[in-house]
Amino acid sequence: MQAKETNPNIDLTEKVISIKGLKKAFDDFEVLKGVDLNLYKGENLVVLGRSGTGKSVLIKIISGLLQADEGDINVLGKDVGKLNSKELDALRLKIGFSFQNSALYDSMTVKENLEFPLVRHSKDMTADDRDRVIRFVLEAVGLSQAINQMPSELSGGQRKRIGIARTLILKPDIMLYDEPTAGLDPITSIEINKLINEVQRRFNTSSIIITHDLTCARAVGDRVVMLLDGQFQRQGTFDEVFATDDERVQSFYNYNFID
Amino acid sequence: MDSDNNKPGNARTRRRYTTTRRLDKMFVELASVYRFIARFFKEVWFPPYEIKEFIKQCYEIGVRSLPLISLTGFIIGIVFTNQSRPSLADFGATSLLPALISVAIVRAMGPLVTALIAAGRVGSSIGAELGSMRVTEQIDAMEVSATNPFKFLVVSRVLASTLMIPALTMYTTLVSLLGGYLNVHQNELTTLTTFFYQVFDAITFLDIIASSVKSVIFGFTIGMVGCYKGYNSSKGTEGVGKAANSSVVTAMFLIFIEELLIMQVINAIRAF
Repeated sequence: MQAKETNPNIDLTEKVISIKGLKKAFDDFEVLKGVDLNLYKGENLVVLGRSGTGKSVLIKIISGLLQADEGDINVLGKDVGKLNSKELDALRLKIGFSFQNSALYDSMTVKENLEFPLVRHSKDMTADDRDRVIRFVLEAVGLSQAINQMPSELSGGQRKRIGIARTLILKPDIMLYDEPTAGLDPITSIEINKLINEVQRRFNTSSIIITHDLTCARAVGDRVVMLLDGQFQRQGTFDEVFATDDERVQSFYNYNFID
Repeated sequence: MDSDNNKPGNARTRRRYTTTRRLDKMFVELASVYRFIARFFKEVWFPPYEIKEFIKQCYEIGVRSLPLISLTGFIIGIVFTNQSRPSLADFGATSLLPALISVAIVRAMGPLVTALIAAGRVGSSIGAELGSMRVTEQIDAMEVSATNPFKFLVVSRVLASTLMIPALTMYTTLVSLLGGYLNVHQNELTTLTTFFYQVFDAITFLDIIASSVKSVIFGFTIGMVGCYKGYNSSKGTEGVGKAANSSVVTAMFLIFIEELLIMQVINAIRAF
């Protein structure tokens, strides 16, 4: 398991996401208890944590799918909680969201899946332009041959790649990956990790990667934060996060790399 | 005694609590339905118009229902004629069969049978499709790509259903009448011209208008119920099954209620 070399293009002076005092509860269960987070331009930030700790809730709040109970969520200079639906849509065009199960539209071919956001948001594009963009992103994720296939004909790894391609098609500034390697075999997981780094390099994106897979965290994270009991308890490089005697952190490490 | 009843865990207090919770849930659900319908009427007028999806849904709801509707309508026409004949024959009035068939099919059976079949075929399909899209986060995916999923999925399906069910109703009515004609022709040797002359003689313009209005309302109900149940289905595969099932049950229930109410209104207009 090789640690990622920190991206030299990270701009620590420019925050693309800034969150302060974020709280979110479902009925009586408080999931996020005052989360503070900064994502810098060009950075890959990994959010680690056990299942059910609110990792996915965090990125759903960032993308406006869920509303925070308390706190300031600033994305690309906009306060997400105060945007009307038009402003939120405009912001969403700059955010790519890769879902845990890819969320490809079952009734559409790969091409139609990729065309779906383009047709709606790049109306000045001709059909030829759209074709060119679709082929470009498919080539970027290494799946040019899948253009006419249905999602049901693709493997789990291929679906993840197409899901990432669909988010890249509108050239987002920020990528949000929800459990990108969940349910994939180790070799496919490594390929997805490489793809996440490739996307960061080639498309100059800033990303939040939600995962509980430490191999993924080490391979893609410029910085890692660990969500424990509704708050970020540890942050730093991968090795810094796990250089602690905290049992909760250690047990997380040991269960991932049990001998 | 009173103080006992207020103790936590007391049976009466628990029952009261459960009833209150159920009432709460019912009112929350009603408010949610109201908001869903209001959102439809708010969004249906403004662009972007999802024309391609609307046409696709018209095909799915209309054209793909034709085989089932044809068979059912035709058989209903034959069976209804066959079952009605003995009663009229007792009075030597079998010549009134075309008029009887006409009134029954145009006024009630055509719209009702079409709506019930559509509720089963279309309602369940919409409920299951949207439910599965909700569960697999496809609706969320549309939302985060700044596409309005309500407009793409709900508005297009409800409009298609509202438009296609009346068209299917007209078709079912015609096919049922043809079924009735075949039966009448075989037994009473009535010609096609005479049969249809008597059919149209027995009904009024109001019957056709009422039948059309009714089927528009049925179509809207089927589309709206299917979309509401699917769009708001809870997580998990169980939720998809429930969405499909309750789409059919709720739509059928509402169709019968609407039929009853519309019939009263039409009868009042007729009397007036």
